[in-house]
Amino acid sequence: MTVITKQDVNPTAHLTPEDVEQLGVELDAIRQDILDARGAKDAAYIRKVVDVQRKLELGSRAVLLGSALPPLWVLGTLGLSVAKILENMEIGHNVMHGQWDWMRDPKIHSTTWEWDNASTAEGWKHSHNEIHHTYTNIVGKDNDLGYGIMRIDEDQRWHPFHLGQPLWNFINACFFEYGIAAYDLELGKNLSMPKEKRSDKFRSDLSKTLKKIRKQATKDYVVHPALGLPLGSTLPILAANFTANLVRNLWSHSVIMCGHFPEGVETFERKSIPADETRGQWYLRQMLGSANISGSKAMHLMTGNLSHQIEHHLFPDLPSSRYAEIAPKVEALFDKYELNYHEAPLPQQVASAWHRVVRLSLPNGFLATTTPKNLPAQAKLLWAMSTKGPKIRRAAQARLVQLEKRQKAAQAA
Amino acid sequence: MTSPALYAPAPRGGLRQRLRRLADAAVTPLDLDDVLDVFHPLRAGTGESGLRGRIVEVRPETADSATLVIKPGRDWAGHLPGQYVRVGVDVDGVRLWRTYSLTHGPRRDGCISITVKAIPDGVVSGYLVRRARVGQMLQLAQADGEFVLPDPLPAKLLLVTAGSGITPVIGMLRNLYSRAVAPATDITLVHVNVTEDSAIFRDELRAHAAAGHLRLVERYDDRDGMLDTADLETLVPDLDERLAYACGPAGLLDALEAHHEARGLDLTTERFRPVVLGETGEGGTVSFASGQVVDSDGATPILDAGESVGVLMPSGCRIGVCFGCVLPLQSGAVRDLRNGAITVAVPGETGPEGIPVQTCINAAAGPCTIKI
Repeated sequence: MTVITKQDVNPTAHLTPEDVEQLGVELDAIRQDILDARGAKDAAYIRKVVDVQRKLELGSRAVLLGSALPPLWVLGTLGLSVAKILENMEIGHNVMHGQWDWMRDPKIHSTTWEWDNASTAEGWKHSHNEIHHTYTNIVGKDNDLGYGIMRIDEDQRWHPFHLGQPLWNFINACFFEYGIAAYDLELGKNLSMPKEKRSDKFRSDLSKTLKKIRKQATKDYVVHPALGLPLGSTLPILAANFTANLVRNLWSHSVIMCGHFPEGVETFERKSIPADETRGQWYLRQMLGSANISGSKAMHLMTGNLSHQIEHHLFPDLPSSRYAEIAPKVEALFDKYELNYHEAPLPQQVASAWHRVVRLSLPNGFLATTTPKNLPAQAKLLWAMSTKGPKIRRAAQARLVQLEKRQKAAQAA
Repeated sequence: MTSPALYAPAPRGGLRQRLRRLADAAVTPLDLDDVLDVFHPLRAGTGESGLRGRIVEVRPETADSATLVIKPGRDWAGHLPGQYVRVGVDVDGVRLWRTYSLTHGPRRDGCISITVKAIPDGVVSGYLVRRARVGQMLQLAQADGEFVLPDPLPAKLLLVTAGSGITPVIGMLRNLYSRAVAPATDITLVHVNVTEDSAIFRDELRAHAAAGHLRLVERYDDRDGMLDTADLETLVPDLDERLAYACGPAGLLDALEAHHEARGLDLTTERFRPVVLGETGEGGTVSFASGQVVDSDGATPILDAGESVGVLMPSGCRIGVCFGCVLPLQSGAVRDLRNGAITVAVPGETGPEGIPVQTCINAAAGPCTIKI
């Protein structure tokens, strides 16, 4: 995508400032309805999920003690994977958003929750709740746009490094929780600066994260495998934990990619966001910058209701279990204000997000201007752009964009 | 050769601690208690913050009062008759804390009981009297309070109670007369109620009187008019010889205290905290536990108010999204600037740690205290 202010037709051009404020008022009303209605049923829901998750994890780990027998290994690994996914998605992520703070239960509270993940709750709350949810999809401000290792938007400048981004993305998916931890620490930025210039905050966060990773790894890869010693299932347990973590990483990575990366989700230019952005303007940005996944109740649960990414981004502190209920009202508002409610089934959204990752691994306009006929010439051009320095790169990039424009104009004519 | 030290058993505490560390390592980021809570919330070792109880009986007393018999967790440290307990109740999903007198002495079955009178618009009392069900869990704090009889007992005792003020006293009486040897103390109980129907424990008290345990003076406002302390001398001729205990509404207690002080008599009182929802207004004085105090208007977020006087406030998005600025409101009221919702914290009535609030979108709605 191109930031909306540079598109041929800005998808918000038809809205007057009054429309935007009215939109904010209507969204506030949807939020208030849920605030007024939430109560004992909601509390019972989250307690039930926590209860089921804990029992499922314990049960699965118990089954894994006998995982020297292959059927038990399969059963235990499956259960553990589901438990780990529930813990991160429907429980951890949402509790840390403060969705359940209203219950005033210190055991299920954003200020006390710690999750089963390499990143610390504290680091996550900063980079996710604060940075990503406030500056959603603003190029250069929201690091979730490519996590600093990928080019997810035409307006991020292409660099030969990005040619490898389908691979980086896959590796990141496999080790997603560590990727998140590194990302929360802004590890890349901090490691590239001289040691003495790194802040005390970074140093203390780093030590907290390393401690957390050590504890997590000790649990999954030392304590539980050791418990399997008497039954000879040490190695199977080790493999089961690794598999469950891998499954969760791939799953959560896919879900999160679907939230903001599918083609058609809008991005924003830093300078186009007013310093005193109104509530209506903020809402509008959240509406355009997110995409939903359609599917079954079970799928919604396993995504932590991030399948309702649009509703989540509008109301990050409403109980996740309520998103499905308000989705039709939110969609009706999209229709009313003639905005694109971006929703598709999981495989489609994942494919779309990956398509974007692959497409933008190449310079802007490259794919569009490539035909089987000119392939050798294009390959040569790409080689030159990758090896001959920034000057050549800029010139070639400009030419590609121009070519693409002409091509489009010709097609239109 | 074997070294005896090698075979000496590890000290019990040491082994237990090591096992505990192992268990904690196996369930991180939870700890063992979180896991055990799933299966046995009433076990020993839940610690102060984890103490809970299960409702085992709900018994209506009058039209608007009920007794809850609660099986407390193993860490319940016991109580003296007359003491109270702080109870955390999830009403419509929100945990609210209130204080109630314990209406039994220590019981053989280990249960405790509270008797609750539903006050008009009382969120928690109404819930406990009308909606609480057997099997529900409550949060508990340990028993506390100075309203207890001396040991040894005096020869003569006067108990004055009004309305639900009978609750600590019934605990004392039940305890005294469930002993193998009944006490020799001469007790007079003046029990004041608005009407005869609304008198909690009326029949039980009459039974005590019939059994000769005490002299019961029943006073009903609708029949006898409001109790005047001057009447007390007629009702209780040997007033001066009796050690006095009183529990009831503030008006009565104030009058009694004045009355007894004027005569140089001792009086122990138990005051029920009125549920003061505080004066909610626009703006107010915000006090931070770190020492700073600032007058803030009704439009300024607590976060900005704190920063303006140099408090090192935690902060994040500043638009109510990230929950990075949450701090406990210990007392007073704040207003959500987005929708006007009021949050009130009353020490002793709300959670022990106060109510965590988002400081970036809440402004003072009257004087309030923020813990930082």
